Amino acid sequence: MNGFPHFATWVHLDWVLVVVVAWLLIGVLGVLALKQFRLVANVLFPVSGLLSLVLLGLALSAAGSGPEVAVLPIGLPQLPFHLRLDSLSAFFLIVIGGVSAGVSLFAAGYFRQGEGTPPGLICLEYHVFLASMAMVVMADDAYAFMVVWETMAFSSFFLVMANHRIAEIRNAGYLYMLVAHIGALGILLCFGVLQANTGDYTFASMRAQHLSPFWASVAFVLAVFGFGAKAGILPLHAWLPEAHPAAPSPMSALMSGVMLKIALYGILRVSFDLLQTRIWWWGVLLMALGLATALFGVIFSTVQVEMKRLLAYSSIENVGLMCVGFGLSLLFSAYGMTALAALALTAALYHVLSHAFFKSLLFCSTGAVLHATGERSLGKLGGLIRYMPWVAWPSLIGVLACAGLPPLGGFVAEWLLLQSFLFTTGLPSSFLNMLVPVVAALIALIAALSGFTMVKYFGVIFLGQPREEKLSHAHDVAGWERMGMLWLAAGCVVLGLIPSQVITLMDPVTQLLVSAGLAQTVAASGWLLVPVSIERASYAPAIFLLGVMACFGVAYLLVRKLYSGRTRRAPPWDCGYPWQTARMQDTAEGFGQPIRQIFEPMFRMKRELPTSFDEQPRYRVEVEDPLWHWLYLPLAALVERISKVIGLLQQGRIAVYLMYSFVTLIVVLLVVKQ
Amino acid sequence: MSLLGLVSQLMAIVMALLLAPLLSGWVNQWRARLQNKSAPGLLQPYRVLHKLFNKESVLAEHASTLFRMTPYIVFGCMLLASAIIPTLSTDLPLSPAADAIALVGLFALARVFISLAAMDVGTAFGTLGARREMLVGFLAEPALLMVLFCASMISRSTSLTTIVETLAHRELAIYPSLLVAGVAFTMVSLAENARVPVDNPETHLELTMIHEALILEYSGRHLALLEWAASLKLFAYSCIGLALFFPWGVAEANAPLALLLALPVLVIKLAIGGIVLAFIETANAKMRIFRVPEFLATAFLLAVIGLLVNILLGTA
Repeated sequence: MNGFPHFATWVHLDWVLVVVVAWLLIGVLGVLALKQFRLVANVLFPVSGLLSLVLLGLALSAAGSGPEVAVLPIGLPQLPFHLRLDSLSAFFLIVIGGVSAGVSLFAAGYFRQGEGTPPGLICLEYHVFLASMAMVVMADDAYAFMVVWETMAFSSFFLVMANHRIAEIRNAGYLYMLVAHIGALGILLCFGVLQANTGDYTFASMRAQHLSPFWASVAFVLAVFGFGAKAGILPLHAWLPEAHPAAPSPMSALMSGVMLKIALYGILRVSFDLLQTRIWWWGVLLMALGLATALFGVIFSTVQVEMKRLLAYSSIENVGLMCVGFGLSLLFSAYGMTALAALALTAALYHVLSHAFFKSLLFCSTGAVLHATGERSLGKLGGLIRYMPWVAWPSLIGVLACAGLPPLGGFVAEWLLLQSFLFTTGLPSSFLNMLVPVVAALIALIAALSGFTMVKYFGVIFLGQPREEKLSHAHDVAGWERMGMLWLAAGCVVLGLIPSQVITLMDPVTQLLVSAGLAQTVAASGWLLVPVSIERASYAPAIFLLGVMACFGVAYLLVRKLYSGRTRRAPPWDCGYPWQTARMQDTAEGFGQPIRQIFEPMFRMKRELPTSFDEQPRYRVEVEDPLWHWLYLPLAALVERISKVIGLLQQGRIAVYLMYSFVTLIVVLLVVKQ
Repeated sequence: MSLLGLVSQLMAIVMALLLAPLLSGWVNQWRARLQNKSAPGLLQPYRVLHKLFNKESVLAEHASTLFRMTPYIVFGCMLLASAIIPTLSTDLPLSPAADAIALVGLFALARVFISLAAMDVGTAFGTLGARREMLVGFLAEPALLMVLFCASMISRSTSLTTIVETLAHRELAIYPSLLVAGVAFTMVSLAENARVPVDNPETHLELTMIHEALILEYSGRHLALLEWAASLKLFAYSCIGLALFFPWGVAEANAPLALLLALPVLVIKLAIGGIVLAFIETANAKMRIFRVPEFLATAFLLAVIGLLVNILLGTA
């Protein structure tokens, strides 16, 4: 930008940059006010929430307008930052703005004095994290992209390590960093392939290249590998269930709700935008990976006994489902079926949006529960709906959305995805056609299993009787936290009730990526969501909700009017057994037991059963991720062995090192001479 | 939205409300007869409902609002489900609001709420029931969806009215895919309605109960609503079965005479279906709870095979 243009001429991109800079300023203020706890909590975080709202508004208005570009003269000389705000970036800015508004408000009330890292420092890391995520989706050259991508990885690493005095958290942070870097290598190589020996690393130049199918496929696989590591796609998911529970809850909310989506943005950007060719097996690969990830995630989340770990596995599942949608869209698009590609892509994008809201909400609720009770193990919670109604009821909305139930946001995404599978029967390859029902069946199974998980999550934490004495003293959340959770819950409800409007908003994205959109058919039907035509399928969540509410209301009124409304409170009946205690309720292990039994081969289980002669009978079961033993530990052992061999070179005597140099010199000379 | 559509919609709702307990009574009566017992009167379910509505509701001391809301929500879901299934006529103004997938979602919503309510009081039986209900649900739900997809593939639509119209207009040919799906559907509906091989609606105080364990803490008007909702569910499932596999006789748009004829046809079809159900329940023994997943997985696989057959034979 030459000179300083007048405010009136500023475009969306400039204002987004203002928000980013303001976020960074807030972060710096947080460090300056390291000791002023009240300032950080009551001023800085709420202001940041307001900025998120501004970003949301900007992104909403930028979604429809054409791409805007800018070149920032920062960084190395001759290597300025290229920025570009198109509809895809705008969509992901909507996700960032909408979710972080709620999470920042929640964070304002969440941090307490004297716990781990001081809030001022967290404020800095948090805002750098937010700013870098916003920059990632706007970066328009590989250099800028990698810089902000790594900034995002580092700031989130510090957030994960907020309570670094605990050894497990240090391990989790290390694992996160390791996987993030392996992924970053993949991304770097991917950009290297994409620039096609031109030496020009701007995305604009990459778009202009026409790679041969082989090199395009290499770039695609590298992108899936690199971004997949960040998104938690199998088999690079291992960091996710470790890092999410380790981070403070608002951070887990942002990581799961937003950062995973940013990784998916990378896959979208490379495979739909930068690469000009599309090959059918890319879609199949992405679908297969997504299905495996989703199935793995949901099965493991049903058997978890720690609340944040359960949600982390559920995030893995949801990322898998989104990949299935992207893969299907890629497949359609490779065969030139643009309308169907748009349908599948819309389904996946809808899932991105609704998952961002409900998963952040659920992570915030775990934070509130953790603060009130100090417990993260499901087996020690229970009955909190009576003591923490402000947490329980918004969580119920999140849980219903996560379970994919109508009329909330999760269901719309699932509905659209299943619709796109149902219309698939026109693919040129009969083999692919055969795969479709199998995939659709698995998706239905995954959705139903996530319902199981969510009933377990909500039922064990909030319902029943408190499993510990201290739970009855649990305090409810206060103002900021309530506002944050209500905002996120409202997001879930709005996404569920006005799908047509939201899909119209996504239309520019699908137009950009697969050059077709649903807006025309959808807009024509008003309150009814009609993706293709009214005879084929339609869904009207508002009428749906009204119908259930009307039945509810009429039944309530009639029952009260015509019959008695008398109510009496008494001890629970439980088939007439009077000596029941809270310990007789199903535990988290117990609730997951049927799934553990059905899918037993998938787990590595350690079980300790009591014998009938035990004085103090104990039952213990531990479920482990088999991939650790099949993949990660062997890999780690291999790396260790290789490094030991290399270590033999290190003799520590100067004569030996001189000899190395000498031999190298001779070899080089020989090579050069030839 | 035509006036006739409105009339048929209202008729569908009122008929579901009135006929549902009757269907339960009919099944109970036939089952008793087949088992050489003296049968209760046909109107027994109405008497039970009337009795329960008049009683006071006893709530557990620490039951939350969720517990009190649930009967109404479940009842509302089941009523809406009955309203959108084309039983009498395919001209239903409410039907575009929810298609086959949303119908399954509606059942799932009711299931989740009733399971949560069962966990709310925190008794041993309640949580046990919730766990088992969700166990049945996570396999039955996708199986039902796959059965509906089989029909959707034939009619190239997930809209229930379009499915029924297409199926009713076809030649009297047997679709192999629908045959397989029909078996799957029967298995799923047995499980979903807590019928004999999976659960026993007659039982109470049995360690293997599922549905009864869920509603163990309810009494008075709440129990009445849940019982009514259960019979509405049976009614809705029967209607789905009839609509998918025996769709003849359903009235279409602008056909007032057909609408009048549709009611007796439906009643006859339901009566036959009820007898078949009573027969299945009598001829089978209840399974161990650990066998239920196998039973349902079979149903699920059958439904998927139905879909594959559909694609292989290229009916679509």
